[in-house]
Amino acid sequence: MSEARRNFIEGVRAEFPLLVGVFPFGMIYGTLALKAGLSTLASQFMSSIVFAGSSQFVAAQLIHDEAPGFVIIVTIAVVNLRHMLYSASLAPYLKNLSLKWKVILSYFLTDEAYAPSILNYEAEGVTPTNHWFLLGAGFSLWFIWQISTAIGIFLGTAIPESWSLDFALPLTFIAMVVPALKNRPMIAAALTAGIVALLAYSLPFKLGLILAALAGIAVGTIMESRK
Amino acid sequence: MNIWLIMFIGGLTTFGMRFSLIFLFGRFEVPETMRKALHYVPPAVLSAIIFPELLYRANSLDLSFDNVRLFAGIIAILAAWFTKNTLLTILAGMIALLILQLI
Repeated sequence: MSEARRNFIEGVRAEFPLLVGVFPFGMIYGTLALKAGLSTLASQFMSSIVFAGSSQFVAAQLIHDEAPGFVIIVTIAVVNLRHMLYSASLAPYLKNLSLKWKVILSYFLTDEAYAPSILNYEAEGVTPTNHWFLLGAGFSLWFIWQISTAIGIFLGTAIPESWSLDFALPLTFIAMVVPALKNRPMIAAALTAGIVALLAYSLPFKLGLILAALAGIAVGTIMESRK
Repeated sequence: MNIWLIMFIGGLTTFGMRFSLIFLFGRFEVPETMRKALHYVPPAVLSAIIFPELLYRANSLDLSFDNVRLFAGIIAILAAWFTKNTLLTILAGMIALLILQLI
């Protein structure tokens, strides 16, 4: 077996435990995107065009709420800003690769692909072939995300509207936020954003959402700096 | 705006951020403040969505006992706090909503 192929398979293996958690998440996304009013095709293709879990849930919610396009795009961008950190963190290990490889690996650079890959790079340094590890981790996640989205959409078509399943989207957000509220700055960020969102609800174009998010981020960051 | 256009621009932006520093290696560093701020993006954005979803009904604040989504949301918050499990949280909230709608 070639070294590149071995690295690829190692990447897939390292991704495995993460895939177990991603699979139901992808199914929930597929079902809820459909229930939020996206077409079958749009629900499915968001998983490969945007390919970033939490921002897809947020986008589905905002499409459901009929937010204007630019607000949805800005929100997707804010939710996905953290990928710049992964980009910065992996950059030194990828600097000698061709532009083609950099583009491909960037597309696959999700939270779940970053986590095992950075550990691999830190343990092994740069070898001529271990970018295949990142590809293995990233591609297996991508593959499972597409499949689980499709299954979710399929299940979603079978669930009647009377189940109010659109409410499961905010419930999913609750499941994401609450376990993260471990310290005061986090709690302050969440409460500030929530309260500002209520106060600014009547602003046009759902701008209250962006204002609230920025206020929450600012309060959290300032509180952390003062500690 | 067309939903496909929104997805393409959103996807391109996401790709751009993933690609940015891999492409610009050495020419730009992420400032420390931004690193810190990024921790607060998920709770801030998601809370900004959750609060109005639970508290607004038909464009006005609804703090009454008729607001079943608020009660179901509080039950989901408790479920999330104690189980830290996405599926159980959604189930708890949905079951609460369906029961409260029947009462």
